[in-house]
Amino acid sequence: MLGQGFSFAALSSQFLVGLSRAMILFVVCAGLSFVLGVLRVPNVAHGALYMIGAFSAYSISTLFGNSSTGFWLTLILAPLVVALVSLIAERVLFCHLYQREHLMLLLFTFALSLILGDLVKLVWGATYRSVLAPAVLRGSIFILGSPFPRYNLFLLTVGPLVAAGLWFFTNKTKMGKIARAAAVDREMVGALGINVSWVFAAAFVIGCYLAGLGGALVAPTVSVTLGMDHTIIIEAFLIVTIGGLGNIWGALVGSLIFGVTQALGVLFWPQFAIVFPYAAVVIVLLLRPRGLLKSVW
Amino acid sequence: MVKGLIDSKRLWPVLGIFVILLILPPLHAPRFYIYILSLMFVTSLLAMSLNLTVGYGGMFQFHHCAFYGVGAYTFALMLTKTSLPMWVGFIAGPIAAAVVGLLIGWFCVRLTQLYFGMLQISLGSLIWAIVFRWYNFTGGDDGIHGIPRPSILSSSNNTYYFILLVLVICLAALYTIVKSPFGATLQAIRDNPQRCEAVGINVRRHQLIAIVIATFFAGIAGDLFVVLERSVFPDLLFWTLSLEIFIMCLLGGWFTFAGPMLGAAIIVALRTFVGKYTEYWTLILGVILILLIFFLPEGVMGYLLRISKSASQRISGRSQVDAASRGHA
Repeated sequence: MLGQGFSFAALSSQFLVGLSRAMILFVVCAGLSFVLGVLRVPNVAHGALYMIGAFSAYSISTLFGNSSTGFWLTLILAPLVVALVSLIAERVLFCHLYQREHLMLLLFTFALSLILGDLVKLVWGATYRSVLAPAVLRGSIFILGSPFPRYNLFLLTVGPLVAAGLWFFTNKTKMGKIARAAAVDREMVGALGINVSWVFAAAFVIGCYLAGLGGALVAPTVSVTLGMDHTIIIEAFLIVTIGGLGNIWGALVGSLIFGVTQALGVLFWPQFAIVFPYAAVVIVLLLRPRGLLKSVW
Repeated sequence: MVKGLIDSKRLWPVLGIFVILLILPPLHAPRFYIYILSLMFVTSLLAMSLNLTVGYGGMFQFHHCAFYGVGAYTFALMLTKTSLPMWVGFIAGPIAAAVVGLLIGWFCVRLTQLYFGMLQISLGSLIWAIVFRWYNFTGGDDGIHGIPRPSILSSSNNTYYFILLVLVICLAALYTIVKSPFGATLQAIRDNPQRCEAVGINVRRHQLIAIVIATFFAGIAGDLFVVLERSVFPDLLFWTLSLEIFIMCLLGGWFTFAGPMLGAAIIVALRTFVGKYTEYWTLILGVILILLIFFLPEGVMGYLLRISKSASQRISGRSQVDAASRGHA
């Protein structure tokens, strides 16, 4: 990469890599932001659920012998596994805490992340796992003369699809409208005779579903391992903060900023690549402490 | 006022007995236990410094161990990279932590609640990212090991006594701060920031001062960690540790002075002895936390205080109104 210097081709290819990373981040952060908007709880367990999504993707794709059909099924089933886990956690434990103060809810999700993280270790062990992309998406194509992985191209199409789906859900469906209303004024929603507890449950499960989807999408591009929850959750927290808490489009903007600065940082100063996105976040927050877009709160 | 007197009257003898008990162990106990006790002291100080901002200040100090790490790293770097005497580094650690606390706090106090917490997590994570990657200076993800310590602290008994001494001094200082007019104002701000603003208290400045004090003591805890472990690593600044300290405060009791200390001691003891039998320590920690949230939200110390108060109330036969107001507090 450095051999090519800062040629336009290298820059644009790295930019695309950043964009595809941003798409995964967006899928995860949209979920986090959605939960944050409706329940007003930063779900610390989101990272653990993302990890469960990735590990489930590994198990499901192994079950189908790493075939292409297996991969497509993975994208459907792995997020459902995560949604199921979150539904159980929500209905058995979390729903009893809604009357309590914020800090308790936050600490509860932290407890959940500790438990889920260790359960992953219990079920899948501490070894590195990898998931194969389907044959169609393996290899690279050439854009402006530099190779670009096909799978990343796939991610670049999935991101907008998820965004469109979320837009449709929050703006055009009754469920989505109720969820948005609950985010703004939950007492009023309750007063209108809607069961707020179930609205919260649905929002929580949908958010966690997106975490699982993110995990399943990321699985073919990285080695699936313990500890991936810790990295993603902190990135996701930063992204939803700079985007504006609870604003899904803010999550999109934040993901783009984070993903692209990360990728370009690798190009310009590999040793400190990790610092670039954090620095970008700090700059945004210093200029706009409440995030770029309007928070739903 | 009266309550404060009762508290301190009770507190000092208890504290005295406690300290005398803690002076004894090195004479008899095996080295491993001395080490665990020392670790408890260090963690206690960290938890108590967090409690100043969270319990007394009501601020969402989500990334407290960033300052702990800054203190520890400053001390460690002073010891390894310079030939300055140890005490210079020992003072530089907390000062560096307090300066970073001032910088981060200056931005955080502009925001409230969750925004405060999220901003602090991002700024703290930036420090972590730098420490994690700056191989030439901080040793990157390896950290720094085998930090030299002066010959006076070379035996584990001396280290133990040194840490105990510093802890007792810090506790006295923290207690004075909490019981001072400043501490009272801080608690008033926690309970009703709008009203405090209305009566002319500079809310932000008080919060910022509390953050600086808390981060200073976190820096001292970082110093002590280096004295004890003779090594530093980036995990000291990682956000999971910050939340773990939160659990300690919750376990011991937010609104009590000694609670976080108790919580830290319990968590360190559990991690040491449960960790021996299972590799799934975090699972157990998670279960403990959930049990706490559901059954003991005021913490062990808060629970004991409530029990003892209701017992003494029954004896003195005070009115229901009093009990209600106390329950609210």
